[in-house]
Amino acid sequence: MRVSAQDTQAGQLEGAIVGQRRPRFTWKLSHREALTGWLFASPWIIGFLLFTAWPMLFSLYASFTRYNIIQDPEWIGLQNYQQIIHDPRVYTALENTFYMVLYKTPIVMSVSLGIAMLLNMDLPGEKLFRTLIYFPSVLAGVASIYLWQWILAPNGLLNNALAVFGINGPSWFTDPEWTKPGLIVMGMWFIGTNVLIYLASLKGIPETLYEAAEIDGASPLRKMWHITLPMISPAIFFQIVTTIIGTFQIFTTAYIISGTRSNIGGPRQSMLFYVLYLYNRAFGRVGPAGLQMGYASALAWVLFAIILVITLFQLAMSKRWVYYETS
Amino acid sequence: MAVTSRIAQAQRMTSWQRFKVSRVIAWLILAGVAFLFVVPVVWMLSTSLKTSADLANPNWIPQPLAWHNYRDAFSFGQWGRWTLNSLIITGVSTVGAVLSTALVGYSFGRLRWPGRDLLFGVVLATMMVPEVVVMIPRFIIFSRIPAFGFQGSDVWVNTFLPLTVPSWLGATAFEIFLMRQFMRNIPVELSEAAKIDGASELRIWWSIALPLSRPVLATVAILKFQGAWQDFMGPLLYLQDESKYTLQLALRQFEFAAGGSPAWNHLMAASLVVMLPVLVIFLIFQRYFVQGVNITGLAGR
Repeated sequence: MRVSAQDTQAGQLEGAIVGQRRPRFTWKLSHREALTGWLFASPWIIGFLLFTAWPMLFSLYASFTRYNIIQDPEWIGLQNYQQIIHDPRVYTALENTFYMVLYKTPIVMSVSLGIAMLLNMDLPGEKLFRTLIYFPSVLAGVASIYLWQWILAPNGLLNNALAVFGINGPSWFTDPEWTKPGLIVMGMWFIGTNVLIYLASLKGIPETLYEAAEIDGASPLRKMWHITLPMISPAIFFQIVTTIIGTFQIFTTAYIISGTRSNIGGPRQSMLFYVLYLYNRAFGRVGPAGLQMGYASALAWVLFAIILVITLFQLAMSKRWVYYETS
Repeated sequence: MAVTSRIAQAQRMTSWQRFKVSRVIAWLILAGVAFLFVVPVVWMLSTSLKTSADLANPNWIPQPLAWHNYRDAFSFGQWGRWTLNSLIITGVSTVGAVLSTALVGYSFGRLRWPGRDLLFGVVLATMMVPEVVVMIPRFIIFSRIPAFGFQGSDVWVNTFLPLTVPSWLGATAFEIFLMRQFMRNIPVELSEAAKIDGASELRIWWSIALPLSRPVLATVAILKFQGAWQDFMGPLLYLQDESKYTLQLALRQFEFAAGGSPAWNHLMAASLVVMLPVLVIFLIFQRYFVQGVNITGLAGR
């Protein structure tokens, strides 16, 4: 509303000036604003050209070369991409990464929606609970990774807690079968951001919808299915898309937990995620000696393509289930 | 009237019924969940106060309380230097990000210039590009740009420049997006009046737009502070000398020192100290964190 008012106001002002009295002044004014606009945006324009546009072009070019930084890139055509297709570690990395995407995303989505619904019930202490659930999300970083490595130690806090219920806990980050479930358990500590986004979305549902449904005698389940879920579907969609994009790029956690071992990617490569593999390939810790910038660039573009295809697919599917209110 | 009173009656009944059953259960579940989110940090504090002999015990209150862990943990290495490095990098990039994205956001949100909408589309599109696609060429660029001996390095790699300068050039699309959305909606009357008085656009930006944009400046500052303080991949890529490490890199020294499993009580003490600034800022400015998250959620619409 305000924006359109501003536009018409500015339009009128301009119209008044444009009126034949002072045409030269107008010409200068709009040109000066254009120049100012470009000047004000120039930090981003320079940064974009230098740190995004040029790097993207270069990385695309590098993906068709053999390149170790010291010598000039040597054009090898599609060889890097052919090598990717036959690289068993790529498949391991993709498998591990897809595991996280496929299991972590639905768990994060449903648990955070459940918590958000509890927070939306007007219960006493809601604000305190919200703070307590959200604060770990701001503590990402090496410190909290170490904290969880300690909690998930074979004789750590979680296994001690499980033992109280008679459950013999696994050895998590040292057992290749349990490293990824361990990462998902750890990831649950950081869902506060998702909870807040759902909560904001839930609070945006008009109460009148529920009142109308209650008069019609709708059951809680029907209200959930016919009111709540459609109304928050844009938030669900947004979070699925961003969670998947984020999960594809797991790096620091796996790097720290498996990093100091000679065997990259943790016990039996069970935490060899795509970006971790790419990083080690680029900086020469895996595969033939030396920096392999060309091969790593090809790996990066394959990842970009995968993310793009999945995102576009989700976008196409979203028309079937995401409900956008037209005001 | 009759309808509204019936609704009120129905509401009273349901809330009374709910008080009996579901609401109490819901409150208990919520309290339990909140408790689970706090437990790890309490465990961290508990571990940090345990003696090495006490470490394997599952007790919550250490016997005795080993406060000296907080001294011992920092007795090796260059913790003063590493803290200073983290503060410099975080401070310089936060100031740069706030100023540059405020300027760029103002341009996208309030000025009219040819190509603006197209370029804003490009800003949004860059959010889709995975970091790894540009990681390698950026590293190559920074290993080529001369630093003329700054921090004892010939090139930008192994200096703080790759970790700070991009922030001064409107580093992340999301921050520009936040600024633009906010600045579009501040009232125009003041800036129109200033313009008629002959104030330059830079002056209007500085003395009218910026003061009115305090909430979004705070949000961007906090997001940037948090991101820069906790950044691991950046320092890992660009900082080679131990004396230039940030705290995030420094925490790994416990593992290296032990040649495997670190001294967990010392590591937890150090980790808690490294977390502390973000935790304190969160407790003071929680509402700006929440604001940032809510705008993120709205971006999906």
